[in-house]
Amino acid sequence: MFDDFFIRALIAGIGISLVTGPLGCFVVWRRLSFFAGTLAHSALLGVTMALFFEINIAFSVFIISAVLAILLLQLQKKTKLPNDALLGLLAHASLAVGLVVIGFLTSIRFDVMALLFGDILAVNQNDLLVIWLGGGLILIILKLIWRPLFASTVNYELSEAEGMKPDKFNAIFTILTAALIAISIKIVGLLLITGMLIIPAATARNVSNNPKQMVIFSVIFGLISVLVGLFTSLKINSASGPSIITATLLLFIISLIKFKKVSDLKK
Amino acid sequence: MENKNKKILLKVENASFYLNDKALIKEVSLEIKQGEIVTLIGPNGSGKSTTAKIALGIYKKIEGRVRRFTERIGYVPQKVSVDWTLPIRVIDFMSLTENLKNDQINVALNLTGVDHLKNKSLSNLSGGEFQRVLIARAIAKKPELLVLDEPVQGVDFKGEIALYELIKKISDKLNCGILLISHDLHVVMSATDFVICLNGHVCCSGKPHTVVKDEKYKELFGERASNILSFYEHEHDHSHSADGSIDPKK
Repeated sequence: MFDDFFIRALIAGIGISLVTGPLGCFVVWRRLSFFAGTLAHSALLGVTMALFFEINIAFSVFIISAVLAILLLQLQKKTKLPNDALLGLLAHASLAVGLVVIGFLTSIRFDVMALLFGDILAVNQNDLLVIWLGGGLILIILKLIWRPLFASTVNYELSEAEGMKPDKFNAIFTILTAALIAISIKIVGLLLITGMLIIPAATARNVSNNPKQMVIFSVIFGLISVLVGLFTSLKINSASGPSIITATLLLFIISLIKFKKVSDLKK
Repeated sequence: MENKNKKILLKVENASFYLNDKALIKEVSLEIKQGEIVTLIGPNGSGKSTTAKIALGIYKKIEGRVRRFTERIGYVPQKVSVDWTLPIRVIDFMSLTENLKNDQINVALNLTGVDHLKNKSLSNLSGGEFQRVLIARAIAKKPELLVLDEPVQGVDFKGEIALYELIKKISDKLNCGILLISHDLHVVMSATDFVICLNGHVCCSGKPHTVVKDEKYKELFGERASNILSFYEHEHDHSHSADGSIDPKK
């Protein structure tokens, strides 16, 4: 019924939305959306590095994101610039450097648009393996560190005082975010992956009253968006990333309408 | 001292803490044993919360030494704000740092009088209700050491007394040590084993009746504050039963 490439894109997209759901909730709760965006911007540099040294793209992106996260921590300690300025600096600097470096790689045929906005044609079997194994690993780790991570999200000092070691788990969370970006740029694209993290979670917030519920809804909304987005992408030949994110936006708008009605009823 | 053989839970030795080259506290020492209530008093900005946070290991870059001899710690911070983006009910909050059974949660919420709020959103609670939930959460895990930073702020007058009584009762029942920060000198002087009077450094410390006679205490809190204990010692020869009649003590 469908071409192989489309089936592959579907399997990849489903895998990614299973991970972006819970991770995205934490990104929203911890106010890390700009941070996640910065990591995603640096992914371009990661991709060029991968092409240059001929190593696995996901691996290279992950390394660059991790380096960026460490760099950010150092800058936070050494300068007095506010966090958002530092994040903006790193995001656009790494994007710019990535684009400049790409210019040097003229020997390689290279589709920058696909990288920025995702391309369902680009997913091969190897990518599926990376997405499902990597994604599975991210989910297992997230499940294992749920309590201390959640505690430090609610209140850092409280969790530190009661022996939850927030610094350690915050660091692990950063690594997980970097890993997620690494495995999902092919489908969603690096400019839009932050949207995939935040919008389903934000939509879920409008219809949930406890953390677990929000995670579940956020996964469901992510799944719906991926399905709708990919079919649209196939039908009207649009880039997969923007199509998926547009679908998340539609869901968000619907959740707003519903949310308003519920609160009206209470009045 | 009757507490001599009891286990030491926490020891802070000559701790100083600097923020932007300004000393928030200087050479503060304290020790908490099992079943003991140690109270920090002092004016605003005197370093009470800072001292508590140093004792808890929240502030790590300090001079001096902090040793904790227990992992079972319950903390009621001075301020907790939960963002709207995080939907969390009282029941979710109760199990924040430890997995609790449903009836453990019920018992603790019942003790602080807020069991009816169990399924309510944390962000919908009033200040006083939230304070009661914070205390319930800290005691539900049966800690060996409780650190309470102005635990009854925003609680109504009647509830305040009941909560302090509860804290005293818990310290007896669980035999846990308590580090209490309070502005209520009446409570401090009547229910505390050891008082530390802070003003950036330890002004004076000791049992309540010696502290109130200290000149430095009078300087810090004024003459009226030193009369608190005489008022209390008068009260101590009897107690009031529930109907208000006077029961002679002992």
